[in-house]
Amino acid sequence: MGYQLNFGWIPQYMPVLLHGIGITIYLIAVGAVAGCILGIVCAWTRALGPVWARPPVAAYVELIRNTPFMVQLFFIFFGLPSLGVQMNELQAATLAMIVNLGAYSCEIIRAGIQATPKGQFEAGASLAMSRIQTFRHVVLIPALQRIWPALSSQIVIVMLGSAVVSQVAAEDLTYAANFIQSRNFRAFETYIVATVVYLGLSILLRFALDALGWVLFPRRKAAR
Amino acid sequence: MIEFTYWDIIRNLLLATRWTILLSLVSFIGGGLVGLIVMSMRISKNRIVSAIARGYIELFQGTPLLMQLFLAFFGMALLGFTVPAWLAAGTALILWTAAFLSEIWRGCVQAIAKGQWEASASLAMSRFEQMRYVILPQAIRIAIPPTVGFSVQVVKGTALTSIIGFIELTRAGTTLTNATFQPFLVYGLVALIYFALCWPLSKSSQILERRLNVSHNRH
Repeated sequence: MGYQLNFGWIPQYMPVLLHGIGITIYLIAVGAVAGCILGIVCAWTRALGPVWARPPVAAYVELIRNTPFMVQLFFIFFGLPSLGVQMNELQAATLAMIVNLGAYSCEIIRAGIQATPKGQFEAGASLAMSRIQTFRHVVLIPALQRIWPALSSQIVIVMLGSAVVSQVAAEDLTYAANFIQSRNFRAFETYIVATVVYLGLSILLRFALDALGWVLFPRRKAAR
Repeated sequence: MIEFTYWDIIRNLLLATRWTILLSLVSFIGGGLVGLIVMSMRISKNRIVSAIARGYIELFQGTPLLMQLFLAFFGMALLGFTVPAWLAAGTALILWTAAFLSEIWRGCVQAIAKGQWEASASLAMSRFEQMRYVILPQAIRIAIPPTVGFSVQVVKGTALTSIIGFIELTRAGTTLTNATFQPFLVYGLVALIYFALCWPLSKSSQILERRLNVSHNRH
């Protein structure tokens, strides 16, 4: 085979790569925090909230979970402007990630809430806590602890899925790779570098989420 | 300029859906076969074989499917022949699916009680016979719901192949948007078609899981 792999272009394009990595980290950071908050609200609604609010939330969750992220992104970025909702590409990408993770985390967190023993609700009520207080202080934290591994995996999956936002020209790592390979004509090497960076990011993210789990839920056995 | 009626849009999208379905089937079946091999490597007693499988799974689960598609597309081109988009798309999706299915199935195989291995070993079965006659028949029952559930991810994964130029549902949606200037309608329809493909799969996975739990509780 006459082809020689060449990585000599890396130093020259380092700023582009770093900018892309920065945007990808920004997207997953905002997406994960806001997405999980949305997921908690939706999970509360589906498991304990007012009955009239449950079907719309269920429809949202099913709709998002059964369509590709890319189509959701295109719908938000290209489709919504015809309703008068204008966004730039980064806002659209962020919104798509929040909406996407919101639906998945809703299902995961709901499973955690529904695994709460009934006695916990009753104990909260017997301490004269309101339903919201019971949820906030008694139910939510152990529920999150129970499903933390599943939630972490989902966040990593969403981070990997974020590669698609380059398709609406949000300047993430994949966009950087596309840009670089259009300049250096070394598509294979460029994508190898991007892939390795993604692999590193996903390992780091998993590590960070594990660490966060230890910080958030220090009493590991007590919540059983 | 050609006017597109609603019917034209829907018809073209449905025609493109054929390719989404075909690619999903190829990826799922191919991925299942490769996944079976990776799974048996992963649970092998030979440490090196098992480590290779673990590295494979880590690599494909830890990187974006889009990057895998790009690498397949541009990497195969380096080998000196022009790669049609469908070939790169199929290859990448099969390898990606295999990584996930092998890990799902490993969980199912390892969920079978250790006593079953020991009992079959005491009947002088080889490792292959143990798998074939004792472990797999039980593991398959647990494996069906998550496997059906994962098929939804495969269908959704095929949407990414539009980026390397495979013409399927999403690609047709983009093309139609460019021709009709009605992104809201077209991408809405695209989403609905994906939903119509995926929702029955998700739902049957849930129902299967509930059924299986019932039979499990009766033990």
